[in-house]
Amino acid sequence: MASKKDVRYLNPIAIDTKSERYCRFRKKGFKYIDYKDGDFLLMLVNEQGKIMPRRLTGTSLKYQRRVGKAIKKARHIALLPYVADQLH
Amino acid sequence: MLSTRYETVFIITPVLSEEQTMDVVKKYKELLVDNGAKITHEENWGMRKLAYPIQKKSTGFYFLVEFDAPSDTILPFETEFRRDERVIRFLTTKMDKHHIAYAESGRDRVSKRAKAPASDTKVENA
Repeated sequence: MASKKDVRYLNPIAIDTKSERYCRFRKKGFKYIDYKDGDFLLMLVNEQGKIMPRRLTGTSLKYQRRVGKAIKKARHIALLPYVADQLH
Repeated sequence: MLSTRYETVFIITPVLSEEQTMDVVKKYKELLVDNGAKITHEENWGMRKLAYPIQKKSTGFYFLVEFDAPSDTILPFETEFRRDERVIRFLTTKMDKHHIAYAESGRDRVSKRAKAPASDTKVENA
């Protein structure tokens, strides 16, 4: 009988290594997300120019909606591309 | 007359000469003032590279105007934009109090944005 010590897990149990994610907008007290600020919005967009999902950025729903609106406006006035291959 | 604060960014086609571009800008500012608007702020971002080609052009002349206007002046203003083929893109947004506070607090940000990367290709293959 394998004693307790010999038991090897195939892959280690995923203890919660991720740091506690927080909404950067609420933490910094953002009041307004500007759609004209291209380089700030670039941080919220992934390589192909798509909007980063909340589960990665940890943004709260309230600010994620504003981010989405601002990015779509920025795309309309050609500050951000709709589709890009390597953006950053 | 209840007037709300609006902000319009519009892009002028790059094939125009300098003073033609300025004419377009002047025309829209006068149109606003005629309709009873009060221009509170304006930014000239100059020639900037577009993120994607619009009407086969890869650069455009950006101009932003912020104004106080009654709500019924917006429709004629925008139809004028649609009719004018020198303006290739425009976006009017209503400004809420956070937006106004942000805009007023950040007047110095303007200089940073104005000298954004602008390719100096004056003549495009129109």
